[in-house]
Amino acid sequence: MSILVDKDTRLVVQGMTGSVGKFHTEQMLGYGTKVVAGCTPGKGGQSLMDVPIYDTMREVVKQTGANASAIFVPPPFAADAILEAVDAEVPLVVCITEGIPVMDMIKVRRVLDSQDKTRVIGPNCPGVITPDQCKIGIMPGHVHKAGRIGVVSKSGTLTYEAVGQLTALGIGQSTAVGIGGDPINGTDFIDVLKLFNDDPDTDGVILIGEIGGNAEEQAAAWIKENFKKPVAGFIAGRTAPPGKRMGHAGAIISGGKGTADAKIEALEDAGVKVAPTPSDMGTTLQSLL
Amino acid sequence: MNIHEYQAKELYRKYGIPVPQGIACMSVEEATAAATKLIEETGSEVVVVKAQIHAGGRGKAGGVKVVKGVAAATEAATDILGKTLVTHQTGPEGKVVQRLLVEQGLAIKSELYLALVVDRESRRIAIMASTEGGMDIEEVAASTPEKIQTIAIDPAVGLQGYQVRQLAFALGLSKQEQKNFGKLMAGLARLFEQEDCSIAEINPLILTEDEQVIALDAKVNFDSNAEFRHSDFWNAVRDLTEEAPAETEAQEAGLSFIQLDGNIGCLVNGAGLAMSTMDTIKYYGGEPANFLDVGGGANREAVTKAFGIILQSKAVQGIFVNIFGGIMRCDTVASGVVAATKEVGLEVPLVVRLEGTKVDEGRKILDESGLAITSVATMAEGAQKIVELAKG
Repeated sequence: MSILVDKDTRLVVQGMTGSVGKFHTEQMLGYGTKVVAGCTPGKGGQSLMDVPIYDTMREVVKQTGANASAIFVPPPFAADAILEAVDAEVPLVVCITEGIPVMDMIKVRRVLDSQDKTRVIGPNCPGVITPDQCKIGIMPGHVHKAGRIGVVSKSGTLTYEAVGQLTALGIGQSTAVGIGGDPINGTDFIDVLKLFNDDPDTDGVILIGEIGGNAEEQAAAWIKENFKKPVAGFIAGRTAPPGKRMGHAGAIISGGKGTADAKIEALEDAGVKVAPTPSDMGTTLQSLL
Repeated sequence: MNIHEYQAKELYRKYGIPVPQGIACMSVEEATAAATKLIEETGSEVVVVKAQIHAGGRGKAGGVKVVKGVAAATEAATDILGKTLVTHQTGPEGKVVQRLLVEQGLAIKSELYLALVVDRESRRIAIMASTEGGMDIEEVAASTPEKIQTIAIDPAVGLQGYQVRQLAFALGLSKQEQKNFGKLMAGLARLFEQEDCSIAEINPLILTEDEQVIALDAKVNFDSNAEFRHSDFWNAVRDLTEEAPAETEAQEAGLSFIQLDGNIGCLVNGAGLAMSTMDTIKYYGGEPANFLDVGGGANREAVTKAFGIILQSKAVQGIFVNIFGGIMRCDTVASGVVAATKEVGLEVPLVVRLEGTKVDEGRKILDESGLAITSVATMAEGAQKIVELAKG
């Protein structure tokens, strides 16, 4: 078992014919993901790497029964692509695109909150992977190993770091989920923690946060009340200066809020064991098993 | 992205938001002419000379002067122009004033606070208003949070009349003031959305004896992700002298870079990993000189450019390269690091940690390069090593 994606996931790639979309479609196919369709307006009827392309998402769903989408569409058109997938009632949409204007995400999120057919992961995230079953996104598949630990993270490379450490320790992963580093996204820590909580094949979780916003504090409060499994944590940005955006659009300390120290304190108060450095994420989780 | 007060006020005018009459000036002569014109047009001798820098706290630092008559305005402009202002937002080195805004003076009945921000929690645009205008709003939020009214705009329907009334009554406005405030609010909400702002702040928003509601100050920040919608306008209002040159150069090269005070340069892929690399250096007793995320495609050109930018700081006594090669192959990165090291003529210690795809090939390239590169296996080991080496 796992969460969100598995061997039965049927993926459509929106923006598959662009250079980034094409490269990662090839990688996902190589990993064994069932890519059943591409969606590029105007290229319907063609195919790429034996994957048929359609003009619209409604057509994709009707013809192929796709139940998940990966979005590699450039920022100016990404919000439209997400909303088209929502309109087609695709259950899972993973938006990889970085650089979507926050005003667009405010509108997208408003639509997401008014329906219950589609879950959006991201944007600005590495994607979701259930090792040996399904990889949706840009993460290096080979560092993963199938197993029973969940990973949820705002940062791409730190997710690879955590997964790589777990694998090196012989600890496999049930599913790794990148929720992205944007200020407004589709799925937060708590949504993913709920899924891990209910997954009988996940024994513990690594949660990786970073400065900015208060999603980590909210997650800590929820863990304290509800989460039944051990959690190891890490927060990036302890040394980040206030008022500066640290790469991710959402990684900023403003008005004294969103500091790493406040997040670490909240997590520790909820019983989460926080790794002192990112090199200790794997061993910290191991110590809890 | 940040713009100057006078530019923000021009934008406000476009959206029907009342601002004082004013003229932007680049020299004392222009300021004298501006003061003469304003006094003639308004019939009032009172003018305000304001330093234009991308930082708050100008008043306290001596960057804003209220004067009477042209001669006094000239004197104030002479004093402020070219002066280095140090405020709580400029850092200790301060900022040199290169532009002025000369404005009509207004008789203030009371000062309010008004701001629109993107609120991550409600996932909407939030409006914050307070009767405590002119104050540092963060102090107000900390000491008397009940004095700040907050409402959120539903993106499906936009700002509603009842929301404006809620704020207006909380601010204790008269009937005429409410009417004027409503118009201003509608304009500001429209501006915020159409111009892709991340902050639009008016502090103070003033009430006058004749019941006008006027933006005495104006601050606007744009969401840099939306540049593709506004590139012509943003290029026209961008003041590069207000941005750190190394940060601008990095941005043009597609790198994400922030200058810090320490002595250990960092070159990392991924924002989270870049942040935590800094944290790890600090954890082992060192001080990072920068944040640098080379992004997903760290090829030779990007690495060379990054080295160049890091080494612009004379304080750098060592560089730590920390790459988790995902899709990107470690041997490609290693070749890039070797080539860049030769090209830049690196004279400070270099520690490289490579992990991920083709890691063994990558490490081999580093070892066989004949260069003084210390290759390490983990981030913690690398951070310890570079802290040790940078001490000399």
